[in-house]
Amino acid sequence: MTTQLIPLVNSNDHVSGEGSAVIEVVEYGDYQCPYCGRAYPIIKSIQERLGPQLRFVFRNFPLSKIHPHAFLAAVATEAAGLQDKFWEMHDIVFENQHSLELSSLYQMADIIGLDRERFSNDIQQQELIEKVEKDFESGIRSGVNGTPTFFINGRKYDGSWEEAELYQYLKNLHAKPSMEE
Amino acid sequence: MLTIGSVAPDFELYAKPDQKVRLSGLRGKNVILAFYPADWSPVCGNQMSLYNEMESFFIRQNAQLVGISVDSRWCHTAFAEQNKFGFPLLADFEPKGAVSKVYEAYDEGTGECRRALYVIDQNGVIRWNYLSPIDVNPGADGILNALEQINKSTTNDNTINTAGK
Repeated sequence: MTTQLIPLVNSNDHVSGEGSAVIEVVEYGDYQCPYCGRAYPIIKSIQERLGPQLRFVFRNFPLSKIHPHAFLAAVATEAAGLQDKFWEMHDIVFENQHSLELSSLYQMADIIGLDRERFSNDIQQQELIEKVEKDFESGIRSGVNGTPTFFINGRKYDGSWEEAELYQYLKNLHAKPSMEE
Repeated sequence: MLTIGSVAPDFELYAKPDQKVRLSGLRGKNVILAFYPADWSPVCGNQMSLYNEMESFFIRQNAQLVGISVDSRWCHTAFAEQNKFGFPLLADFEPKGAVSKVYEAYDEGTGECRRALYVIDQNGVIRWNYLSPIDVNPGADGILNALEQINKSTTNDNTINTAGK
């Protein structure tokens, strides 16, 4: 099955880090998935350790049938993105993934300082719902088979995402960038 | 694996304690047969849960998904309820693995199904197959590509037929 990220990272994506970074990690994740919740601080730590060498991208892959709050949580982060606070919402949602009911999402929106009326309006926008669905479809096309799934420099990563292993893998990539081609 | 272009052998298996599904009864739809080793084992749960999320994609492609393993209909019922599956799981239970053997998707060593996928078109012809390593969830990109291929060619055929009339 395919191992290639489709489509490649583009202007529709939420990107944390510099365009000049030599390592690009894309996560397909689900805000209610406990494994994604466990991966969240690991990615944070690796972002800190690799600094400007790393660019991190998050795409939505909500498994709605088993995680009933995952889809709306994803839409909520997209709505925050319209107020330039995608990553603030992404973080607070993962940090509170055990309670993702609508009322909790509103509280989180308040905490990170979103305009509440606009947020309330935006989470019902068809456009944002379609954005989340498109992310999901791109995951299917890219061969995502569960969450979290990581793509590193455009290729599916099947290794361990425990911090030590993932960090070492990324570090090695950086050490010999020519081997990547 | 049975070859692409051959007619999918017909079968009838229990989908629920009181309900059977016959493959030929699904004619007019594309059918995805997903053989998997066992209910409750973690990778399978993932694979079937992933496919369960794809209902709208499969409907758009006029496709019906069925999962098949050697577990009993009662076991399937509990597994499907737990995971809220919206597609049938068929019990290849008695005689054990008979259908899986015909589809070359049976592992004699473990007595379970192999992780085999077939996409069958509306006329019952096998159009795509894939055998995944037992511990690898194959995802759904291959299935989706196969369905799109089928529907593209069907549309073309229709166009030609209409044009010929």
